[in-house]
Amino acid sequence: MTLDKGVPGMVLKVDSIGDSDLKERLMTMGLTPGIKVKVLRSAPLGDPMAIGLRSYNLAIRRKDAAHITVEEIEA
Amino acid sequence: MEMESMSVALTGNPNTGKSTIFNELTGANQKIGNWPGVTVDKKVGHVNYNGKDITIVDLPGTYSVSARSPEEKIVIDYLLENSSDLVVDVVDSSNIERNLFLTVQLLEKNIPLLIDLNMQDEAKRRGVKIDVKKLEEALGYPVLLTIARDGKSLKNMLNVFTSVSMAGYGPSDMLKAHIDKVKEIESSSLSDKEKTEKIIELRYDFIDVIMEKAVTFESAGPSMTERLDSVLANSVLAIPAFLAILYAVFQITFEWIGQPIADALEGLITEDFTDFVTEALESAEVADWMQSLIIDGIIGGVGSVIIFVPLIFILFFCLSFLDGTGYMARVAFLMDPVMRRCGLSGKAVMPLMMGFGCGVPSIMGARAMDSEKDRMLAILAAPFLTCGAKLPIMALFAAMFFPEDAANVVFAMYVVGVVMAIVSTKLLGATQFKDEGATFILELPPYRMPDMKNVLLETWDKGKGYLTKAGTIIFLGCVIIWFLGVFNSSGMVEDMSESFLASIGSAVGALFTFHGFGTWESGAAIISGILAKESVVSTIGILYGLPDISAEAEDAVETAEAMLGTGMGSAFTTMSALAFMVFSQIYTPCVTALGTIKKETNSWKWMFFAAGYMFALAWVVSLLVYQIGTALGF
Repeated sequence: MTLDKGVPGMVLKVDSIGDSDLKERLMTMGLTPGIKVKVLRSAPLGDPMAIGLRSYNLAIRRKDAAHITVEEIEA
Repeated sequence: MEMESMSVALTGNPNTGKSTIFNELTGANQKIGNWPGVTVDKKVGHVNYNGKDITIVDLPGTYSVSARSPEEKIVIDYLLENSSDLVVDVVDSSNIERNLFLTVQLLEKNIPLLIDLNMQDEAKRRGVKIDVKKLEEALGYPVLLTIARDGKSLKNMLNVFTSVSMAGYGPSDMLKAHIDKVKEIESSSLSDKEKTEKIIELRYDFIDVIMEKAVTFESAGPSMTERLDSVLANSVLAIPAFLAILYAVFQITFEWIGQPIADALEGLITEDFTDFVTEALESAEVADWMQSLIIDGIIGGVGSVIIFVPLIFILFFCLSFLDGTGYMARVAFLMDPVMRRCGLSGKAVMPLMMGFGCGVPSIMGARAMDSEKDRMLAILAAPFLTCGAKLPIMALFAAMFFPEDAANVVFAMYVVGVVMAIVSTKLLGATQFKDEGATFILELPPYRMPDMKNVLLETWDKGKGYLTKAGTIIFLGCVIIWFLGVFNSSGMVEDMSESFLASIGSAVGALFTFHGFGTWESGAAIISGILAKESVVSTIGILYGLPDISAEAEDAVETAEAMLGTGMGSAFTTMSALAFMVFSQIYTPCVTALGTIKKETNSWKWMFFAAGYMFALAWVVSLLVYQIGTALGF
């Protein structure tokens, strides 16, 4: 699945970051293959979404999250 | 005795308390300027300690130094080109993992670092334990522990600054091995993009090893941030909470505290002080032109600079405070979908909303944006909004020419302002700033109690910067417009209709022949509106023979009745009045706003661009309104 499909509470492992203008910045922020990510919440208007990784919280837009493939490791 | 001097550069991620450290160390002994060519603050301060004069440079907070943003470029250029005696990397201990990315990247570039693990108190609360010895061993560089607001901890920091000898440190074997791997990839045949990505992964691999060695986590239960976010960023309450906070900031600035102080100041300057000076000048029998220069030109000019100061101080106090709590990041998070459609960053909401009170603090508030592009777009959007000084124009014209629908017409002008801000942002985003991709990745930092010293210093800097930088330009502008209003080629004139302003007015008026208001009176009113939008109404009053009309929006109905009896009633039709309102809504901002744009963009080019571009845009839109309106038979 892709990260944008994640629902709050899900813990996911990042498989790969798809190519985009944002890829380098996302990786710089610690979103690298193999890292564990927790879906925290969606903004009230549905977008962006907040995720927790490497013990901090990050907001990204769903359309950018759609480039990130993940697998669920905990419900 | 000559004091020994040393230089220290502070670098680190955003939200690490780096600026708090800088402010606590240097106090009021700091200077804020601009890095050349960009709208990024350059902060330099001094502190004397242990017989040393320490110069501290607070570099912009960045997540990396890959030179993609102006901030990142500033940091890396500064560190590579200036030989600071000490480079301090401020790390948020509770978020050490991602913070180490910058640390490792700087160490790869052979920049020796003193690593400051800040926010020890927060790390403890969140159950993060860092073994300092092991971290030093892993990197080979010295590590210091601080709590930014704690006096003892800062004193210790200065002790370390003045005693540490970086020559005694060098990369650990682990770090050397990491750097070798990076070099191997750099010299490989991979594409640049692949190299960059591979190196980022290598850095995090190295960080994972460091984390394994030196950091342990204890579970600490749900944090305060989680609990607050479940209300402020999550539920149905988030939007009402945001609106309530926005409303409070607006009210504090323009109703409860800021504006009353501004009004009191204005009264003091335009009445008491002016009366006092007038009497003094008259009794000294000073020449008329000199009296006018001093009273209308100089005191008027200084007055129009000073009355904005309370607004700026109060608004910045609120914005710095909110920024310090971490709430501004939530605002960006909440508002991103809305603002993105307008081509602006979510963070622009708060400063732009202030534009409905006054464009000046609004333009200055654009500093909060993360990228140069977002800052410029917010700066250039703010002047389109209906500020408190445009409101009287709208109220008067609406009351005169749309007596039945005055409120609706005024409201429509607010909408025109918002729509133009969006249209203009789209236009500029697509033409002037198109190279920089609009991206959005936002850290949601933990909620914190803002450091009041930080908040007050930031507020003070804004106020001071406005007075010194923008103030001079505004003052000059006021004196020039005063001169045009009371002189013509043969000297001083009694009647404004004989002044330079009137001759320029008729030239300007001619530009509006096809807008339905091609009179010299409108031309002169438009010119004086560049001095201050309030002046449009008072100029119209003077020019149509009613110099004592009120320029307050709440008196619009009375004023309108009086004005209808003058030549103004027949000078405009409903359509040309509407076109004039639309023009006033959009055209060149006042000199105060222009001076602020110059200060904030650090560029004359952008100031003149804003002035010319907004005039042109207003000309076109207003022409369309009039021509289409009349063609449709209104």
